Amino acid sequence: MNYFPDEVIEQIFESVTSQKDRNAVSLVCKSWYKIERFSRERVFIGNCYAISPERVIERFPGLKSLTLKGKPHFADFNLVPHEWGGFLQPWIEALADGRVGLEELRLKRMIVSDESLELLSRSFPNFKSLVLVSCEGFTTDGLAAIAANCRLLKELDLQENDIDDHRGHWLSCFPESSTSLVSLNFACLKGEINLPALERLVGRSPNLKVLRLNRAVPPDTLQKVLARAPQLVDLGTGSYVLDPDSDTYNKLQATVVKCKSIKSLSGFLEVGPRCLPSIYPILENLTSLNLSYAPGVHGSELIELIRQCVKLQRLWILDCIGDKGLGVVASTCKELQELRVFPSDPFAAGHAFVTEEGLVAISAGCPKLHSLLYFCQQMTNAALITVAKNCPNFIRFRLCILDPTKPDAVTMRPLDEGFGAIVQACKNIRRLSLSGLLTDRVFLYIGMYAEQLEMLSIAFAGDSDNGMLYVLNGCKKLRKLEIRDSPFGNEALLKDVGKYETMRSLWMSSCEVTLGGCKALAKQMPTLNVEIINESDQVEIGVDDEQRVEKMYLYRTLVGKRRDTPEFVWTL
Amino acid sequence: MAMFAQDLEATELRLGLPGTNDSEQNTSSTTLVSKSNKRPLQSDMNENNDSSPANRSDEQISQPPPSKTQVVGWPPVRSYWKNCLQSKKTEAEAAGIYVKISMDGAPYLRKIDLKVYRGYPELLKALEDMFKFKVGDYCEKKLGYNNRSEFVPTYEDKDGDWMLLGDVPWEMFIVSCKRLRIMKGSEAKGLGCCTP
Repeated sequence: MNYFPDEVIEQIFESVTSQKDRNAVSLVCKSWYKIERFSRERVFIGNCYAISPERVIERFPGLKSLTLKGKPHFADFNLVPHEWGGFLQPWIEALADGRVGLEELRLKRMIVSDESLELLSRSFPNFKSLVLVSCEGFTTDGLAAIAANCRLLKELDLQENDIDDHRGHWLSCFPESSTSLVSLNFACLKGEINLPALERLVGRSPNLKVLRLNRAVPPDTLQKVLARAPQLVDLGTGSYVLDPDSDTYNKLQATVVKCKSIKSLSGFLEVGPRCLPSIYPILENLTSLNLSYAPGVHGSELIELIRQCVKLQRLWILDCIGDKGLGVVASTCKELQELRVFPSDPFAAGHAFVTEEGLVAISAGCPKLHSLLYFCQQMTNAALITVAKNCPNFIRFRLCILDPTKPDAVTMRPLDEGFGAIVQACKNIRRLSLSGLLTDRVFLYIGMYAEQLEMLSIAFAGDSDNGMLYVLNGCKKLRKLEIRDSPFGNEALLKDVGKYETMRSLWMSSCEVTLGGCKALAKQMPTLNVEIINESDQVEIGVDDEQRVEKMYLYRTLVGKRRDTPEFVWTL
Repeated sequence: MAMFAQDLEATELRLGLPGTNDSEQNTSSTTLVSKSNKRPLQSDMNENNDSSPANRSDEQISQPPPSKTQVVGWPPVRSYWKNCLQSKKTEAEAAGIYVKISMDGAPYLRKIDLKVYRGYPELLKALEDMFKFKVGDYCEKKLGYNNRSEFVPTYEDKDGDWMLLGDVPWEMFIVSCKRLRIMKGSEAKGLGCCTP
């Protein structure tokens, strides 16, 4: 029962953009459901096995932009076998068959084949944007197909994919008539690049705003490319090794000065000594700096660089910056919102690069900080309590102490109180990763205070099922829970089975849940897929219900058991 | 949920600084449903197997530090990124920078790979061991040597000049060093003295 004609409602819906809101709108009444589904253009599928491509296409025939995520998050850390799943092919086939007017495809942790890329490139004449994050299974031949066939391509963004590099001809596959590129990121490619082809491509792309090069692009090509694209907003350099007394250096420096629009800088996959001053002219305008792939930038050179980045909002850095270096960040980067500090030598014995001191300094100097990923040697409750006081606006807080069960470095107590302070002070916290010595108590605090929490990562923590129960009971908005090496078992798993239907997924590995417990859960909840991943050689996994399950991944789904499970995955 | 009414009343608890003892009721409710000891894990984990849940809730226990053998998937860094950094390391390691070292008065020269060392202190120690001498204490901050020794380490750089070892950043040194020479005696006097 509409008071307005459909066309008017449709107009109104146009300004409803977030998927959450659109979902809500579609539940109001049948008429709104119908109007909404025909007008929806962007669809986000957080788990590609929660729904089938056919049903998506049927419901949203106007689909233009599709985002798909495949493997669970812990796949990033080698906990999920490569062939587990997340194949793109059936989706492309369905989209092609359904004659969908696809323009944009964003994938994360999916298995993408050259065949899929080829089919993609041929099936959608308006295709404009391909973003692949942490995907695998394809080669540069697939990229060649995209380059050659997608006439209107604006964006090709490859982030941290494992790509089999058949060397550089794919770049030459962009036809001479292709002038539409806005964003090109091939930093993750390991092989050689056709440099003249790159220069020509940049030269004929006047709208190019984002360009991230790989290691094979030397400084003199960088200079030529920058000279042709002074309008760049986002630059990722390749190799930055050159002789500071050379002509190339002087040319590069002169060219960089002209690139006044660059706001985001990354790369420096290799750096030579005394080369960095050439980049100084653009530092004062930077809002984003990613040096997490640049171990060659350290010491006083790094500090000198940071001191000039007064407008920085996002910084990704290696821990060789040290606590002192973080102090410089704290006093320089007053606009900082997001900080990630990665471990430069994850298995080093005893190199205490950053500690709780650096984090406290940052929290004191950067009040706008809301997103943190911090790999450190040690932490204390006192530090975390101070951080919570200084920065009550955290949305994402991920702390990783390199030694996974390390207690408070000063008091030797668990870090429960520290993390408790974080969740109590930060009312909007949506994502949290814990580490260090932790008891059930920290989970009690999380359950009590983290009302907006959507994603929680737990490793080597807790004492008993209560820990997990506090979280499942208290965090009403929880969507993703991933747990490894913690003593949570069947009682916690089975206490409130309905909870999992309100969540996207649950991962538990090296915990105390048994096969019997998983079977019971699967029986009670037919709308969940409960998958057991068993990589050991023993075939007899089905026999003993008392046996602990090594890896379990469960997720809600509308389409039941998937049909592409490999041998080592068993859906109960 | 009724089961948690007890604990939810505990929501009245305010978090205090470390060391404040919150009420004992929490410890009692956790021990009620405490699981039995953790079975040894099958992953590549190491000494952490020794910690039973009972131990871990005792807040005073200090864990023996686990050895540095690698736990699968820990620390949680993307394997792509890790491989990138490590491949850079091994590439760099494969190259090797071999330079000759001479010491005044020694009958023959030696050769070392500069890539093997992480900084000046390590290099100096290696030189001292190799030639059985003492160069004195290298003070990084003051960029000089304690002049108790009659030996001074120097190197020839790309321009052919003889430089005192230790003035420039390590990374710059290893790419510009062509050969090393340990000077001795009167030539060494007056070079690079630092006030202790």
